Amino acid sequence: MLVKTILCGFGGQGVLMMGYTLAHGAMNAGYHVTYLPSYGAEVRGGTANCTVAVSDDEIASPIASAPDHIVALNTPSLYTFQNRVAPGGALFLNSSIIAVEPSRRDVRVFKIPSSEMAEKLGNPRTANTVMMGAFLKITGLVPPDIYLRGMETVMGSKKKSVIEINRRAFAAGYEFLEKAE
Amino acid sequence: MKKVFGRPQSMKNNIFHYCAGCGHSIAHRLIAEVIDELGIRGITIGVPPAGCAVLAYNYFDIDMIEAQHGRGPAMATGIKRVLPDRVVFSYQGDGDLAAIGIAESFHAANRGENITVVFMNNAVYGMTGGQMAPTSIMGQKTTTSPMGRNNVLDGYPIKVSEIFSLLPGTAYIERCAVNSPANILKTRKAIRKAFQYQIDGHGFSLVEILSPCPTNWKMTPIESCRWIDEVMCKPFPLGVIKDLPAEAGDEQKKGDKRHAG
Amino acid sequence: MNKVLMQGNKVIGEAAIRAGCRFYAGYPITPQNELPEYMAENLRKVAGGVFIQSESEIAAIHMVAGASAAGARSMTSSSSPGISLKQEGISSLAACELPAVIVNMMRGGPGLGNICPSQGDYFQATRGGGHGDYRTIVFGPATAQELADLTMDAFDLADEYRTPVMILADGMMGQMMEPVVFKAAKPRIYPESYVMKGAGTGKSKIIRGLILDPLDMEEHNWTLDRKYQVISGKETRHEQYKTEDAELILVAYGTGARIAKGAIKRLRETGLRIGLFRPITLWPFPTNELRDLAKKIENFLVFEMSTGQMVEDVRLALQGRARIGFHGRPGGVVPTPVELANVVLRKYDRKEGLTDYY
Repeated sequence: MLVKTILCGFGGQGVLMMGYTLAHGAMNAGYHVTYLPSYGAEVRGGTANCTVAVSDDEIASPIASAPDHIVALNTPSLYTFQNRVAPGGALFLNSSIIAVEPSRRDVRVFKIPSSEMAEKLGNPRTANTVMMGAFLKITGLVPPDIYLRGMETVMGSKKKSVIEINRRAFAAGYEFLEKAE
Repeated sequence: MKKVFGRPQSMKNNIFHYCAGCGHSIAHRLIAEVIDELGIRGITIGVPPAGCAVLAYNYFDIDMIEAQHGRGPAMATGIKRVLPDRVVFSYQGDGDLAAIGIAESFHAANRGENITVVFMNNAVYGMTGGQMAPTSIMGQKTTTSPMGRNNVLDGYPIKVSEIFSLLPGTAYIERCAVNSPANILKTRKAIRKAFQYQIDGHGFSLVEILSPCPTNWKMTPIESCRWIDEVMCKPFPLGVIKDLPAEAGDEQKKGDKRHAG
Repeated sequence: MNKVLMQGNKVIGEAAIRAGCRFYAGYPITPQNELPEYMAENLRKVAGGVFIQSESEIAAIHMVAGASAAGARSMTSSSSPGISLKQEGISSLAACELPAVIVNMMRGGPGLGNICPSQGDYFQATRGGGHGDYRTIVFGPATAQELADLTMDAFDLADEYRTPVMILADGMMGQMMEPVVFKAAKPRIYPESYVMKGAGTGKSKIIRGLILDPLDMEEHNWTLDRKYQVISGKETRHEQYKTEDAELILVAYGTGARIAKGAIKRLRETGLRIGLFRPITLWPFPTNELRDLAKKIENFLVFEMSTGQMVEDVRLALQGRARIGFHGRPGGVVPTPVELANVVLRKYDRKEGLTDYY
């Protein structure tokens, strides 16, 4: 098994944090994992992306030329990456911001109004965690409890209340697709 | 019979390879005398340059580590930061300090590294055969400025001491010369002060020494000494350029007086 | 120590601190900036730890030389153009027999090039890089775990042989996060006799590379050479992957070797018998170990993210005993395992495609 995911959005939407916690969770779940951020001049344009590879075997390349999943938090990211996703793969879209329809018909599309959901929860910055809830619900890549434990380690220096609201954001994302399906 | 003059302990019993009338041997001796006087032979580390003084470690009987051309202050920085209780000095010529190593020197000064730089300014590249130096004066004939230094082609002599004195990181800068007994004694005092300031932790100190190079100036030693007074001292006037600890001391005294009054 | 998820550049920093590195000087350059940043934050917290952001790469390497002479385990890091600037100092470290660790997170070149992962500095690293007759030990790590392990080993070897050691990785290794377990550092063993601390009451010391008498200089060159011979004999490291039954051996290092492994896994699934020979020390190159493989295997394919540099060492090792092909992607391109698998497939089917071009 080898699963590669590209996570993308505006700088400041917590895209790299999303990838980092996912990679952390995968490590804690006992997988081989690589996390590769975009860097240098690439990240100065205001968009951010990172690639997380998870496997039960050594990982050759941390780069995803044909990722299994894309998690996109804004429209430009969708345009940039939708053509790269492998046939049969999945797009996870923040439908609060992305109003357009993806051009691909050979992939599964999951729309999560994560910005609105996060706002309702009281912290718009948890939209990324909402997305992760939905993502892990569908992909089952990392068990939720292991992911959340990893998230707490990663956010260790932050306030308890921040961690708590992220837990609720994750649960909201996880349950959202449960209801939708 | 009472011995009144001898070789400083911090000097090896080797004969200088320097040319007759060269200022390096005088400067070496002054530094060695100061090291003896301060009793710091055992804790002093010297960094000689590339250039005529590259073999300085043959004469100083202290720990010495050679630096690549111009890199003395970087190397001295590395040593001093690891061994802050040692006395570290670099010995640099005008090409070494003001040309190829200007960045290393400038930034060591700017960081206020607690080291001492002895800067030998003889307005010429000695070792390589008399080429123009960054401190060659206007009109000076060298093998690479055969018609004389021309500002349009060659720019101007760099006043290292004045420029460095503008950096907040520098504590003490004085320009001296070793062309007369009186000047030599002043130079010795300056070197001593610079080392003492380092020991007291005041930060970066630099002693610029105008030094004769009869061979490359194509003069007799006596003419060279005169040339320093009459020509070289014009763009490079002698004297204390910056002395923060002394100024602070004066302020202190004034304050004390006021308090007493 | 638990497994931690850590970025390659930071892994090196943490491993260095654990290995007893107490002096770091460097100048910012992408893609290795996280390493000096890590040192700025963490080395300064350690007793006696010194971090300096130097004014240039040149100053950094000479600060390292000074710190090394003063007895501190010392390191600098940079990426390709910056490593070019450091060569004066590396040559000087080799000449003066001072230990130091130098990290090169390679990027596309020549010139300013770009900031993408590349392997174009193999010649510079393994041939000495600076002027004069010398070599540096060069490690080519391929995982974050190896970045940690080899950084620690680099300090040990630098001390043991009193010579500069280089970690040669690339932008991808520097930026990528992987799980790492830090091993326990060995106690530092080094002869304190050369360390410059002031003469005390004893004899004064000199550290220098200037030796004006040609016969003395020759002797110094041979002394260094004898040391390099010992290193060549004792310190080669490599990994073999599925070579036992292989009909074709891919030779690759670092990131290139990761891609190659991925390609081999795919090719093995289709029944092709392909193996990997991965040099871990690039100098000394594992010449004998590679030559031994040529006793039973005729086909070798070298893959590098360059136009072909390590392939020369492979030719030197095999001395015409096998067919050697080459596939390169220079300039910061990281090919996929699929692409490399297709290249291998093409060459595997037509064995003549492996004929070397020299």
